[in-house]
Amino acid sequence: MSASRRSLATLPLGIEAVVRGVHSVRPVARRLMELGLVPGTRVQITRVAPLGDPLELRLRNYALSIRRSEALSIEVDEPQG
Amino acid sequence: MRPGGAAAPTAAASAARPARPVILVAGNPNSGKSTLFNALTGAHVKVGNYPGVTVTRTTAVLDLPGVGSVELVDLPGTYSLAARSRDEQVAVDAVLGRGGGRPDAVLIVADATSLARNLYFANEVLETGSKVVIALNMYDEARTGGIDIDVTQLAARLGAMVVPIVARTGEGLGALRSALATALLAPRRHAAALALSEETRRDIDSLALVVDREMPTQHDTSRAWATWVLLSIDETTPDDLSGVPAPVRLAAQQIAREATAQGRNLDLEIIGARYRRVDAIVDETVRHRPPAGPTWTARIDSVLTHRVFGALIFIAVMLALFQALFTWSEPIITLIQASIASAQNALAGAMPPGPFTDLLADGVVAGVGNVVGFVPQIGLLFLFIGIMEDVGYLARVAFVIDRVMGGVGLHGKSFVPMLSGFSCAVPAVMATRTLENRTDRMLTMAVLPLMSCSARLPIYVLVIATVFRPEMRVFGFASAGAVTLLAMYLLSVTAALTAAAVLRRTVLRGPRPTLVLELPPYRRPVMRVLLQNTWRQVRAFLIDAGTTILALTIIVWAVLSYPRDKTLGAHFASERAAIERTEAPGAERDARLDALAGQEHGDYLRGSMGGHLGRWIEPALAPLGFDWRIGVGILGAFTAREVFVSTMGIVFDINGADEQSQPLRVALRAAKRADGTPLMTPLTGVSLMVFFVLACQCGSTLAVVRRESGSWAWPAFMFAYQTTLAYVASLIVYQGGRFLGFGS
Repeated sequence: MSASRRSLATLPLGIEAVVRGVHSVRPVARRLMELGLVPGTRVQITRVAPLGDPLELRLRNYALSIRRSEALSIEVDEPQG
Repeated sequence: MRPGGAAAPTAAASAARPARPVILVAGNPNSGKSTLFNALTGAHVKVGNYPGVTVTRTTAVLDLPGVGSVELVDLPGTYSLAARSRDEQVAVDAVLGRGGGRPDAVLIVADATSLARNLYFANEVLETGSKVVIALNMYDEARTGGIDIDVTQLAARLGAMVVPIVARTGEGLGALRSALATALLAPRRHAAALALSEETRRDIDSLALVVDREMPTQHDTSRAWATWVLLSIDETTPDDLSGVPAPVRLAAQQIAREATAQGRNLDLEIIGARYRRVDAIVDETVRHRPPAGPTWTARIDSVLTHRVFGALIFIAVMLALFQALFTWSEPIITLIQASIASAQNALAGAMPPGPFTDLLADGVVAGVGNVVGFVPQIGLLFLFIGIMEDVGYLARVAFVIDRVMGGVGLHGKSFVPMLSGFSCAVPAVMATRTLENRTDRMLTMAVLPLMSCSARLPIYVLVIATVFRPEMRVFGFASAGAVTLLAMYLLSVTAALTAAAVLRRTVLRGPRPTLVLELPPYRRPVMRVLLQNTWRQVRAFLIDAGTTILALTIIVWAVLSYPRDKTLGAHFASERAAIERTEAPGAERDARLDALAGQEHGDYLRGSMGGHLGRWIEPALAPLGFDWRIGVGILGAFTAREVFVSTMGIVFDINGADEQSQPLRVALRAAKRADGTPLMTPLTGVSLMVFFVLACQCGSTLAVVRRESGSWAWPAFMFAYQTTLAYVASLIVYQGGRFLGFGS
């Protein structure tokens, strides 16, 4: 089983992936990590707002909503096969 | 350094320290912290289902078995201690004990349904070595949601007491009180240690040495301080760490630079280590049973945030909110106005005529009416927002609309306050409290008075009815008046959104605050707590902003009433007596008395400071198409915009005029400028309405912004920018219109 690396913003709806890194500017990255988006965390996009932004994520058994621009800077591994 | 400077704060702090033990109540937003605080103490504290509700420091006294009375301090809800916002700064200072003693214990409220994120915060507090009791809230929800928690094991692994509770029903509170008492009587515990890399541990130790030297009162928490400073220090915004001595700051920056040079990320190291500890504990103590099917929240969300239904329900809910603010408050406001009028009449009847009676009736009682008149809308708005917050819908509103608001640099949560601005800016400004980021909140507050509030409507009605004939049409079919009215509303929305975009790029420049929106599970609101909170908001408004508004009303009244020529009073008294003597009682006599009263008030106004001020500012207003009489109306409107109409009535010698008053329209149409040309042309009318759309002509709004922002600087800035905007826009309308030949 291999994994493909991509940005969280491009992850298809409902697919679970694993966070590899947060590459935003420092205050944003720190905030996102504190909310639980640290490497190794499983995350999926559960919903997209009616106008396409923001995204609703599911991680660590709670629902967090962030903008697409922030999701772009989160690198994830999508399990293959 | 002044002599004894180092020792003085410690002495002062210990002297100021209350005799009873202090317990901080801390936790993530949405953890039910305020509900628990409320349930424990019975204090009237806001309960929310929306992050960041508790922004003020609330304390209460609680009796604990075997300990006696302790002081409970409610901290702002925060996701972490390493922080940017003021809320988090408050929490950090309290937990680490800066500017006072350290807390005797910390009660952490954790949402059992999202344990890992809540334990991250708990771990931060445990690292400070404080005595900690963890209230595992919403334990019932966790169980039904398939989350089994081994509480005993969890407590053992964390090194803190853990008590499962249900704050909304009061379950487990007895056990929680005993646990707090036990914690207070127990010896102080060791700080929780993180599994850090050798390098990071050395970094923290070396910074802790600097902390020890520079902050001698913080000795027990120097490692916690060092960790906090390393995580919070940011080279781009150094002023965020207010109160941290410069040497500590410099040392932290040096350490961070070296770590970066070695390719290490300290943030990731520290935050990652905390989550590793938390994850290990959660793995050992929590078992998830697979859920039987989609949760209720997921099912409701699939409708409420749906592309089509979600948008439709959103529009329906917002319309209902708007309708409620407008129409439900209307009868109550009418009732208040009627009782104020009868109180004024009763006063005037019971007391001898004179300046003191005038002050009481037209100054004080009118001012009280002005203040109380806001209560129905504030009450309704906060009740409505409170319900949406507790249910969890307010977060969904922000989720659905953030894209639109984000386009001009506003936050999804700005929407409800902005919408409320159509009704009245005063409750809307108060409603910005749902925004936890200060920049977002200030921006929303600064632009929402541009939304065309209901107090502007009487002005539009009067002006449109005066300058447009009902049969006038635009494009052959649309009534000119209706089109103008619509244009004013469009102008107000455009102006608000443009102002937001401009302010975001100038005065409130900086990186756009991250949207971090937790979408909590849908929950049933606790009505008792909602009503308590609504009352708290109303009471706070009456006490803090109400006094300023009352004072403003009295000042404006005095400016428009004094100085008063004594001979005028005598003259009108004899005129009145003459009419009463010669005319038989009846409609004819009443009409003549009414006309005389109108003339008398008009003469008083013309002779007053306000009348002179109006003439004095006339040269500035002339380019907008206004004369001194409109200037006086604008001055009078500063207590409340709709007062423009009654002030114009007084200027034109018409007694008791409102926006439907025919004599006032007739008088306005007949009014001439000094050069003999008509005053109220359609162009003047449009210029006047544009002025009222944009100008911050509302002392009450400024008073409430002062209260919410904590200084007069913000209201002063808002007044300046909006007045400038209004002036320039009216100038362009009037001069441009004249240039294009719409002058007559």
